[in-house]
Amino acid sequence: MRAPLSWLREYVDLPDDVTPTDLAHRLTALGLKLEALEAPGADIAGPLVVGRVLSYDDEPQKNGKVIRWCRVDVGPEHNDEDGGRGIVCGAHNFAVGDLVVVVLPGAVLPGPFPIAARKTYGHVSDGMICSTKELGLGEGHDGILVLDPRLDGDAKPGDDAIELLDLRDDVIEFEINPDRAYALSLRGIAREAALAYDVPFRDPARRDVPTPNDLGYPVRVEAEDGCPVFVTRTVTGFDPSAPTPRWLARRVQLAGMRPISLAVDVTNYVMLELGQPIHGYDGDRLTGPIVVRRAVEGEKLTTLDDVTRTLSAEDLLITDDTGPIGLAGVMGGRTTELSDSTSHVVIEAAHFTPVSIFRTARRHKLPSEASKRFERGVDPLLPSYAADRVAELLVRYGGGTVEDGVTYVGQPPAGRTVSAGVDLPARVTGMDIDAESVVAHLRAVGCAVTVDGDTLTAVPPTWRPDLNDPYDLVEEVARVVGYDGVPSVLPTAPAGRGLTTAQRLRRRVGLSLAGAGYVEVLTYPFVGESDWDALGLGADDDRRRTVRVANPLSEEQPVLRTTLVPGLLRTLARNAGRGQSDVALFETAPVYLPGAEQRSAAILGVDRRPSEDEWAELQAAIPDQPLHLAVALAGVRENAGWWGKGRPATWSDAVEAVRRVARAVGVEVEVRAATYAPWHPGRCAEVLVDGEVVGHAGELHPTVCKAYGVPPRTAFAEVDLDAVLARAVPIVPAPEFSTYPVAKEDVALVVDADVSAAAVAGTLREGAGELLESIRLFDLYTGEQIGAGKKSLAFALRFRAGDRTLTEAETGAARDAAVALAAERHGAVQRT
Amino acid sequence: MSGPNTDYDPVEVTPLRADEVEAMREAALTAVAGATTLEQLKQVRLEHAGERSPLALANREIGALPPQARKEAGMRVGQARGAVNQAIAARQSVLEAEHEARMLVEEAVDVTLPWDREPQGARHPLTTIQELVSDVFVAMGWEVAEGPEVEAEWLNFDALNLGADHPARTMQDTFWLEPADGGLVLRTHTSPVQARTMLTRTPPIYVICPGRVYRTDELDATHTPVFHQVEGLVVDRGISMAHLKGTLDHFAEAMFGEGITTRFRPSYFPFTEPSAEVDLVCFVCRGQAPAVEECRTCKGEGWIEWGGCGVVNPRVLTACGIDAETYSGFAFGMGLERTLMFRHGIKDMRDIVEGDVRFTLPFGTEI
Repeated sequence: MRAPLSWLREYVDLPDDVTPTDLAHRLTALGLKLEALEAPGADIAGPLVVGRVLSYDDEPQKNGKVIRWCRVDVGPEHNDEDGGRGIVCGAHNFAVGDLVVVVLPGAVLPGPFPIAARKTYGHVSDGMICSTKELGLGEGHDGILVLDPRLDGDAKPGDDAIELLDLRDDVIEFEINPDRAYALSLRGIAREAALAYDVPFRDPARRDVPTPNDLGYPVRVEAEDGCPVFVTRTVTGFDPSAPTPRWLARRVQLAGMRPISLAVDVTNYVMLELGQPIHGYDGDRLTGPIVVRRAVEGEKLTTLDDVTRTLSAEDLLITDDTGPIGLAGVMGGRTTELSDSTSHVVIEAAHFTPVSIFRTARRHKLPSEASKRFERGVDPLLPSYAADRVAELLVRYGGGTVEDGVTYVGQPPAGRTVSAGVDLPARVTGMDIDAESVVAHLRAVGCAVTVDGDTLTAVPPTWRPDLNDPYDLVEEVARVVGYDGVPSVLPTAPAGRGLTTAQRLRRRVGLSLAGAGYVEVLTYPFVGESDWDALGLGADDDRRRTVRVANPLSEEQPVLRTTLVPGLLRTLARNAGRGQSDVALFETAPVYLPGAEQRSAAILGVDRRPSEDEWAELQAAIPDQPLHLAVALAGVRENAGWWGKGRPATWSDAVEAVRRVARAVGVEVEVRAATYAPWHPGRCAEVLVDGEVVGHAGELHPTVCKAYGVPPRTAFAEVDLDAVLARAVPIVPAPEFSTYPVAKEDVALVVDADVSAAAVAGTLREGAGELLESIRLFDLYTGEQIGAGKKSLAFALRFRAGDRTLTEAETGAARDAAVALAAERHGAVQRT
Repeated sequence: MSGPNTDYDPVEVTPLRADEVEAMREAALTAVAGATTLEQLKQVRLEHAGERSPLALANREIGALPPQARKEAGMRVGQARGAVNQAIAARQSVLEAEHEARMLVEEAVDVTLPWDREPQGARHPLTTIQELVSDVFVAMGWEVAEGPEVEAEWLNFDALNLGADHPARTMQDTFWLEPADGGLVLRTHTSPVQARTMLTRTPPIYVICPGRVYRTDELDATHTPVFHQVEGLVVDRGISMAHLKGTLDHFAEAMFGEGITTRFRPSYFPFTEPSAEVDLVCFVCRGQAPAVEECRTCKGEGWIEWGGCGVVNPRVLTACGIDAETYSGFAFGMGLERTLMFRHGIKDMRDIVEGDVRFTLPFGTEI
């Protein structure tokens, strides 16, 4: 809401020395948040004067334009010896004798745009004739501003145009919260300003209005629940060509609306002034009585914005004998709108139920100045006063007569009372506020207050539909006292249990990966079905079952991720594109898995706690959102340098990242070969915990790398982190170890190339029996010495007993048993 | 000086003659003194103190002497061998010390050689700031509560006094999930965790909830559709706005340094009443003239908008099964991206969300 200060001062006696900044800050402290301070016209510097066109010559130019070389009388103070000035003008919408606005050399127009005498089209233009746009008066029509004798009758050459056109003002723009609908008007803001400075407030709605009668335009309200009050007044003999007074158009413009015509400007002016939306009908185009009713499903209406809308049975309509003529409280219809020939104006000022307006405006995506006010709640007493004010202004500036008929249908909703303990404001705010102050402050905001013992009863003013609960009164009292008075007291919480195990483990996971050279990223969860194709997922892959966003930001990415791959690869590609091609990234984020059957999450009541069943059902309707962890690596993992050669990132780094995370949280993982999109079929491991597959790691499929524009051989791992963390042992049992000497044995086994190292190691461990302390693969060899299709795996075995020093015979026997089992299971042959 | 070998063998043993022993000793000591390397000394030890050295051989002859002569000869040879061994040991230490000193010089390296062999890693500042915030509150006995991002509409809105026809619903541009009447949204704030907490715990409740939230804003320099908030909730007996102020003042100091306090401005949130916007004393200029005039962090205001807060609306307590007559509470929430931006002078939101490693790496040391 934009409030011109000059307008505000009409209703409140602000001290003369109040600055816009001070006012804005005081109102902010009361709850009207300062959005912006503007000083339109502040950058204008004169001389900017009224001029009379004495003569002109139209001069065609080579570029096809015709310019006017004018003599303009700009007043004795500014005229040259010949009684005028020569000015070049490109516009043609004026005649000799017209009064125009002339800016003279040395002046500055809004922009700021300094003016100097300049040579143009073969003349020295000694100033400029101004358009509305150049003056900061809005877009206007093409051409220059020609003063209107009906508006500017007294103006004469040389007069100051800054004052004449109200070019200077201060405007405060407030962000009005939904609970303060009354502040969507000058009336409301002025009321708050009066409260802020403790000065008198003059209510513009306080006026004598004629008693309703049966002579007014006939109205029937069939939907009383949506329209408690409907008032009409009628003006006849109105001059549709009458101009809007400059001050009125200027105020409407400064308040953020576009001046259109006197009738429309007046309805907007009164809405801005009082907060009551007004609709004007061309009375000659109305057929039969106005009927307010709900729409018939599928009924059609063309609104003022020229859009034909299909209506819902919930929409509230204004109709006449021809059918719908307006979407009540939201937007009028095309057929009966005020036009440049309207001389018979029927003024509608109604009170509509907020919910009805809110739903209609939302359904038709049609927020308007009217709906914005109605859906938040308008003072239901306003319609009579507002209609009367409109009629008064129309007749004052457009002539004609206010008819005697005053239609008033319905009655305003009954007032409410709110009771509260007089000590409630003090208890809730922690400030010392005595009963007397509580009552005084509530009265200051317009409540009628009575006190009975420790309880007060307040009747909120009609313009405050937001005051319904005791705590609403607390806020009113608190803001009048001032929030600055709230003391600062640190509450003492009961002893807490610190972070949960899962919370602590998640921190360790991140720290261990950062320590290993991974950089954390947080990507958006939005993906598209094309991602599943790019990843090569099968048609029935579970990851294609997604939660879909109804209103996605991008139609290409309308679903929520079921895997972290697309987001992380896009981030990797972005880094590579920016020259960081050696990267290791990680992300920890949920994926969203729809349940097997589609369930709706119920909208429960709010007057009590949900029952256990309701709560359980609500929980069941929410998709699973397990936390996943993913890493992506590309380029060089270890740099080459003076120490020797470097090392590229490979599939094994991805597998190791998973192992590292598992180690960090004390969980043992098993790794085995797998085929799983989007990984390279020969370079993919599945990771198991307690025999359950929790993720995959390895090198990505080459086509996936191409599809996402990431470097070839990008390595990737993704695991269900929740599943891993669930296996973390909260209390680690102490290890037992022997202090007897260790015995070491190395064995090299030749096996077929497709036998996995993990399988051989497992077999050796099993075959070696209990004396084996540890086993480690220390070399892998393929080559001529062992033949094609074979590989040699070299293991270091460490043996130790808990109760004695092992003999060579014991160690040798254990080693031989291990090798024998490997020979049996995997056809392993020991290299000698 | 050995006496006559009268009762065994009258023949005098030459190597045991005093002058001979003395000569061997002299020869040995000269050789020791002449050794200039540990290698040479090892050779000298072999020649003059080894098993085949003259003194060792002489020692073997002692047994051939008559008993009365053995003692004297033994003493003579023993003393000589002792002196030689001592000299070798002394020489050994000197040479070792020299060797070590030389090695230390020879082994010097260029310690400025870079070691950028392994890559650097870092956690994202949004992660670390969530932990920092959590730790501040956990230190006061609070606990960290969590909830899902795909959330029930009822928990995100209705339970928080934001009914279907509440104009404030349109203040939060919501991502709705299909089907349209399925009652699911991407949570627009961390406040549903408040409701969950009240529904699953009993007062006293002191929880903090950092987390990811969603609104349908396009990504630009100051907006992102996916962002983070931190929400605080207290429900206890006798809780007032003063406790809210005290908590936020403490929080502000913990995050931004001593003396950084907060102020309240009236505002509106359906789930709190009274409601307030909370501002922070600008921690750069501290609102002090003349620095405040030029301050780019607070744009000359002296205060920075931080978040929203208020006393929990009793309607919310009721919907969550808490007796609003017995208990009262407060809640607050702030955007973490925004907090990060002014805390670290980040100029563009996109830097936080794009995942450029050059942005994140310097935050690697944040704890």
